[in-house]
Amino acid sequence: MKGLRNYIDKIKPNFEKGGKFGALHSTFEAFETFLFVPNTVTKKGAHIRDCNDMKRVMIIVVLALIPALLFGMYNVGLQHFRAVGDTVAAGAIMQCFWFGFLKVLPIIVVSYVVGLAIEFAFAQSRGHEVNEGFLVSGMLIPLVMPVDVPLWMVAVATAFAVIIGKEVFGGTGMNVFNPALLARAFIFFAYTPYISGEKVWIAGLSKGVGIVDGFSGATPLTNASESVITGEAINWGGTSPIDWFLGFIPGSIGETSTLAILIGAAILLYTGVASWRIMVSVFAGGYLMGLLFNLIGANAYMEIPAYYHLLLGGFAFGAVFMATDPVTSAQTNKGKVIYGLMIGAIAVLIRVVNPGYPEGMMLSILFMNALAPLIDHYVVQANIRRRNKRLSVAK
Amino acid sequence: MSSKEKEPLFSAKNIKLLTSPFSQSNPVIVQILGICSALAVTAKMKPAFVMAISVTVVTAFSNLIMSLLRKTIPSRIRIIVQLVVIAALVILVDQVLKAYVYDVSKQLSVFVGLIITNCIIMGRVEAFALGNKPWPSFLDGIGNGAGYGIILIIISFFRELLGSGTLWGYQVIPDWCYQHGYSNNSLMLLPPMALIIVGLIIWIHRSYNKNLIDK
Repeated sequence: MKGLRNYIDKIKPNFEKGGKFGALHSTFEAFETFLFVPNTVTKKGAHIRDCNDMKRVMIIVVLALIPALLFGMYNVGLQHFRAVGDTVAAGAIMQCFWFGFLKVLPIIVVSYVVGLAIEFAFAQSRGHEVNEGFLVSGMLIPLVMPVDVPLWMVAVATAFAVIIGKEVFGGTGMNVFNPALLARAFIFFAYTPYISGEKVWIAGLSKGVGIVDGFSGATPLTNASESVITGEAINWGGTSPIDWFLGFIPGSIGETSTLAILIGAAILLYTGVASWRIMVSVFAGGYLMGLLFNLIGANAYMEIPAYYHLLLGGFAFGAVFMATDPVTSAQTNKGKVIYGLMIGAIAVLIRVVNPGYPEGMMLSILFMNALAPLIDHYVVQANIRRRNKRLSVAK
Repeated sequence: MSSKEKEPLFSAKNIKLLTSPFSQSNPVIVQILGICSALAVTAKMKPAFVMAISVTVVTAFSNLIMSLLRKTIPSRIRIIVQLVVIAALVILVDQVLKAYVYDVSKQLSVFVGLIITNCIIMGRVEAFALGNKPWPSFLDGIGNGAGYGIILIIISFFRELLGSGTLWGYQVIPDWCYQHGYSNNSLMLLPPMALIIVGLIIWIHRSYNKNLIDK
């Protein structure tokens, strides 16, 4: 460790202003702070600080994503072998995991390489520090993709999300929309057939590998939204709520297992990185909306138990990892509750009412991202009004 | 009049009227006018080009006519007179389009009629033609129409190329690209992407013209 520190101190002058590689200052600084906690001291104001800076916070979020990622890799293999009817391989955990690992790793690499290259280029050209925000976004993007998505689409979507979603607003911390969801939304609207329907959720299915008879590859949500169109009872494809909770269903890579996501949620809440208010209120919003639809009960989809919605699709993943993004969510405590409730409610509303969009989570979070500053504004204004009133009574 | 030298038709000042709308005072990317139609008609190059020509014609002639009439119109009713002139010109353009390029006219649908509401035309009449002589007003109209048109054509170039893989209706992205997994970007065909392209054009334009950046 000491040797590394000495080496960095030795080469540091080269990257200072006027040094040999002065132009690469921000790149150097990014790597230095990545290796060592920066020794900056507070010059004014509050003098208490801990070693927690943005890089450390981001790493905790990435850690929290690991259970979902590992399960996602396993599930990719499992679903693939089930689809081709290879029951022996489907029973072997390591074989499933290894298959999924090889499928998922390229997506992660592409997302990180493209995103970080753009981040570094922008930081360099603007003379800013390189921001750490992409460490998380780069991991979130693969987890919300279907496994069969072409890699070049991931690259284009990542570039779009980082440039249009983040850099034009001024970089990390200034973005209005969650970059990872923006990447997904980009593919969703630009290359719709590659991210929706029945064929994309299982590796190899879209290229037509041998499929067992009677196997569709549709996610439970697709089946559910189809029942709205056909007017028949929902065909859950032989899966039960316990499968949805554990995650043995087709879906985007990281979203299927509610259990793995809840482990991540526990890490985030224990370390205080994510807001429990948002998480709880998203789930509450979805559940309440589900109950409301139960009351209406106009078709089979409206009548499903409300907790089904929380287990299906990307609801849990969105609630835990996407909605809680501290940059794009509401900042006030009351605002966070309103923001969360609305996300859950709108997600379920889109799912049930609009069969064109089987999964409403992405759109509902992006929509509420746009409204978050407005919610904060009214919460703050209401507070000011209340205090003014109290002031005038006291007089 | 005899003492004053007659200004040549294409004096430096008049040339500037014609050329400055291309960049320094571009109606779309600097004055942010006419965005609505720039989003609506730019999915393909052909309609965008026809739209650009139509708007140029209407702007030029409404400027010319209003400039000729400018001393006879009481200022209280000038807006309604402007509308009558612009509407008459738009109807003329619409009829010509229907007669000669019927399919494009059908694609443009209501947006030909909506040229009336294009802020550029009203804006130039109000801001320029009512206070200037006919010939400079005419040039100003041509310049602004063309400045609007050039942005339309840039936007539609990217939208058609990336959204449909064609240019002017001819396929330019070869089939083997599609066979190797390339896919058209259907987001390009939706109006929001046109807005993003306008934003990107503004970004590039501002980085070359730092004097236009708001402080």
